Amino acid sequence: MTKKLSNAQIAWRAAQDLPDGAYVNLGIGFPEMIAKFKPDGREVIYHTENGILGFGEAPPKGEEDWDLINAGKKAVTLNPGASFFHHADSFAMVRGGHLDIAVLGAYEVAENGDIANWSTGPGSVPAVGGAMDLVHGAKQIWVVTDHVTKDGKPKLLNKCRLPLTGVGCVTTIYTSLAVVDVKEGKFHLREKLPDMSLAELQALTEATLVVDAAVKDLVVPEL
Amino acid sequence: MNKVVPDIREAVADIADGMSVMIGGFGGAGAPIELIHALVDRYKRTGSPGNLIVINNNAGNGDVGIAAMIDAGMVAKMVCSFPRSSDPKAFTDKYLAGEIGLELVPQGTLAERIRAAGAGIPAFYTPTSFGTMVAEGKPVAEFDGRKYVQERWLKADVALIKAELADRMGNLTYRKAARNFSPLMATAATTTIVQASRIVEPGDIDPEQVITPGIFVNRIVEVSDPKQEEALLRQGAKA
Repeated sequence: MTKKLSNAQIAWRAAQDLPDGAYVNLGIGFPEMIAKFKPDGREVIYHTENGILGFGEAPPKGEEDWDLINAGKKAVTLNPGASFFHHADSFAMVRGGHLDIAVLGAYEVAENGDIANWSTGPGSVPAVGGAMDLVHGAKQIWVVTDHVTKDGKPKLLNKCRLPLTGVGCVTTIYTSLAVVDVKEGKFHLREKLPDMSLAELQALTEATLVVDAAVKDLVVPEL
Repeated sequence: MNKVVPDIREAVADIADGMSVMIGGFGGAGAPIELIHALVDRYKRTGSPGNLIVINNNAGNGDVGIAAMIDAGMVAKMVCSFPRSSDPKAFTDKYLAGEIGLELVPQGTLAERIRAAGAGIPAFYTPTSFGTMVAEGKPVAEFDGRKYVQERWLKADVALIKAELADRMGNLTYRKAARNFSPLMATAATTTIVQASRIVEPGDIDPEQVITPGIFVNRIVEVSDPKQEEALLRQGAKA
């Protein structure tokens, strides 16, 4: 079995696609790692739902200001040119189509772009936060995820089985095995790990992978 | 005009059983800890106000603030987007025991419902939640080829707000990301009660810097050097 990418390597790969000048929202947890791998020379402005545009890295330990946090309730700092705003303005940026990219994690993504990432079904406390707003707001919705579940089942599906976060909204999926674009209701394979055959990758993907151009190698540094 | 009240107990004295209470803050940033605990203390002393509907992004963390309200048993229902936190025990235990209600609202929809109430807009359409279980039972309409879900305004009897500066007329500023829901909630409640870190003379806040104009504020109490919820939690504070 081919060695799969670590979460840091998936984040690195997604970061290479951040365009200069983009306004970007990184979801809590795994997607937040993307900021660390942004290529030098590109200016990216990060939005956080709780009301900051242009926040920077975490402060040194002991220097946290708990009124200066991101949506994950982690302490952040401000970059020059940052701004504060209230929640209605924050979600006007989201729903109004002003953000270029939002990056989220997912339990499941379907070939029509549906995403399920907020509920594993009955029995737990449901919590949605800003995910349902983000998936219908940003111009591009990227998902970063392992290609399969912890017990090896596909996460890229014909149809989501878990409660949906949004319909027809995902544009690109960066997984531990591949980079997949969602176009016209199909998964279009852009890159795959070089050691993995197309048949091996397809076996771990429920929906059909469309190959309409030369598939590039997914090459990521050791991190 | 003077909206300043001298005593925090007096500031929350007329909040009654069964009221809906908006509470500013996102996580610990902007949580009006002293106002909340004035209410918790009153409930523990007198048994009132109970049966409250509390509106906030979250549903409490640890043992202080909204978690202390829930733990005291004075909250009948939470309206929030994310009832999880680093220590959500107070809410989770009561929720799983069926002792507290939950209306789950996507975060941006929560903000816009509050904004709409304050702006006199009874309903609006949003793309958020279309095709999900959150939209079940809500009217859907198509605009320019895309489907949207109808959401209604969200009003409250009372809003509890933490501000940085206030003047006696109710003009407010906020500190950093502690602003979050507070300017919206101030517009959507019948009675908006503010704790401010410092009360200054009218004119001392540059009109260009006023975030909440005084027309949205009913009552102000000065709480200098206020507690910060996240800082309290990290110190291991108990109610």
